[in-house]
Amino acid sequence: MKGELRIRNVSRSYGDVDAVRDVSLDVPAGEFVTLLGPSGCGKTTLLRLVAGFERADSGSISISGRDVAGLPAHKRPVNTVFQHYALFPHRTVFGNVAFGLEMDATPKAEVRGKVERALELVRLAGLGGRRIHELSGGQKQRVALARALVLEPDVLLLDEPMAALDPKLRKEMQVELKNLQERLRITFLFVTHDQDEALVMADRIAVMNHGRVEQVGGPEELYERPRTRFVADFLGVANLFRATVTAVRDGVAHVRTESGFAFDAASDGGYREGSPAWVGLRPERISLTERSGNVFEGTIDDEVFLGDWTDWRVRVGSEVLSVGEGNVLARGRKRGDAVTLSFPPDAVLRLDDPGGEA
Amino acid sequence: MREDRRQGVSLLLPGLALLVLLFYLPQLLMLVVSLGRRTAYGGVERSLSIANYLRAVEPLYLAILGRSLVLAAVTTVLCLLVAYPVAWWIARRAPARWRNALLALVILPFWTSFLVRMYAWIVLLRSEGVVNLALGAAGLPPADLLYNDFAVLLGQLYGELPFMIIPLYVSLEKLDPSLLEAAADLGADARRTFTRVVVPQTMPGIVAGCVLVFIPSLGAYLAPDLLGGGKTAYIGNLIQSQFAVARDMPFGAALSFVLSLVVVLLLLAFRRPLRSAQAL
Repeated sequence: MKGELRIRNVSRSYGDVDAVRDVSLDVPAGEFVTLLGPSGCGKTTLLRLVAGFERADSGSISISGRDVAGLPAHKRPVNTVFQHYALFPHRTVFGNVAFGLEMDATPKAEVRGKVERALELVRLAGLGGRRIHELSGGQKQRVALARALVLEPDVLLLDEPMAALDPKLRKEMQVELKNLQERLRITFLFVTHDQDEALVMADRIAVMNHGRVEQVGGPEELYERPRTRFVADFLGVANLFRATVTAVRDGVAHVRTESGFAFDAASDGGYREGSPAWVGLRPERISLTERSGNVFEGTIDDEVFLGDWTDWRVRVGSEVLSVGEGNVLARGRKRGDAVTLSFPPDAVLRLDDPGGEA
Repeated sequence: MREDRRQGVSLLLPGLALLVLLFYLPQLLMLVVSLGRRTAYGGVERSLSIANYLRAVEPLYLAILGRSLVLAAVTTVLCLLVAYPVAWWIARRAPARWRNALLALVILPFWTSFLVRMYAWIVLLRSEGVVNLALGAAGLPPADLLYNDFAVLLGQLYGELPFMIIPLYVSLEKLDPSLLEAAADLGADARRTFTRVVVPQTMPGIVAGCVLVFIPSLGAYLAPDLLGGGKTAYIGNLIQSQFAVARDMPFGAALSFVLSLVVVLLLLAFRRPLRSAQAL
């Protein structure tokens, strides 16, 4: 089906470095999928393998049901929005957007109409005559988008296209790009290292680490149920503990960290009595006002003011927990205050650690 | 502001002084000479006559000028064709740590005088030269390699090549590789990526190299003299012989000005592409 992308057991290494290891990913037509991960995780290499700028050592990639192994980049039904836009400085805005149409020998009469429609789509109507160096960063980004979209690719590849924009503009572009994708229903494969960006825009997110896809899921699913220590850490689960399961009964596991911090976790069936386990706790799931579930006495060690909320560093025994509290609620706490913190057992996330020792 | 301007002027001063002393004043002298008359013993009698200029545009001399233009144009085109792949390889293919060494190799011939290098070519090309000895050893008939247009062109190509490679290298080295990927991504094969992206992007280097090769080639006289055996006259040899052999300084000066005028007219004719190359 047009727009469908299938990646099967793809690997690519450079010398001793395995950039992409045995990655499989299915993207149905019209879906917005984000590859999320830190720099060096292989997300850009994977994108470049789909674009045809790199060759896979093994595995296969098919686009719209067709294996593209033998197809060079210029024959693949995909187009790319590059990180630094890669606009042609010797051409005008119009000339940049028209480039691909000239290559596939679109009749001159049609080129003008198509380019103008593409520029309208990215809200740059009337700027066709501008030179590239006269544009702002946001405008360049739109030109890059129009240049790729005008060819109506089966899959649009976006390589950190927002990285060079300032935060406010980036927020606007995220929403705009998301709306554009929903209107056009073109498959988007979007690479970013920014978890907020991924959560805002994607239908599904593939979190990558050390060349592997660690978890694939919708934004809410990933946020609520990260499966591995790495995914949890990357998506803002600030409290991570290596613990031992001391008991499992009635759907509740009792876990204890090396320093003696012990609490109950709602069991998903994955805890084994006597075995080690990684567990995580989101800062915003810990309350300083309620007293139910796991309840501890602690003192405020430090505070990090983050605008709409404050990140309290609360010491409980020898552990320091990160506790998020909305600033509407944060009433006059200060460093050194004694506090009571609590969290329900179902806030505790059980995490695998495929790369680690646990 | 005033201070800045004074500093600007003082920075310019040494160069300006050199230019005036060594270029504008001699040019002025030459202009005066070119309007003069040759005396019986090769001196210059001052006058204000354009007779030398009228003589310089006689068909015989225009033919020589035309031949020189052809030599310069062919030299430039050959240099461009040979230099582009070399510059491409050094800038984009060779390992980065070798780049400076490779560039040094390109410039290395400048360590020896051009004259000496022309004699070296004679040793290679003459009838009992290295090349013909090798041909003979291989059982092949000797080739007529020296004292013809082929030898002149070879000498020119050899001498001017570095002046083409260096500016091309500079612009190829600056070429953003993601532009090549963008072109491929938008459906351009290697040939069209080259003609639609690489050539326009490296136009400043192409123009600079062509100007640097074409203008000296137009006035070339060493290669035509030594490798051509003086059999074919080019404008450079003609001017040189007016000063050194015929002792007709006024006519030689007039020919020089005609040549300069041709160069200026050519630069004017090509100012549009020159300027657009600078704008990039």
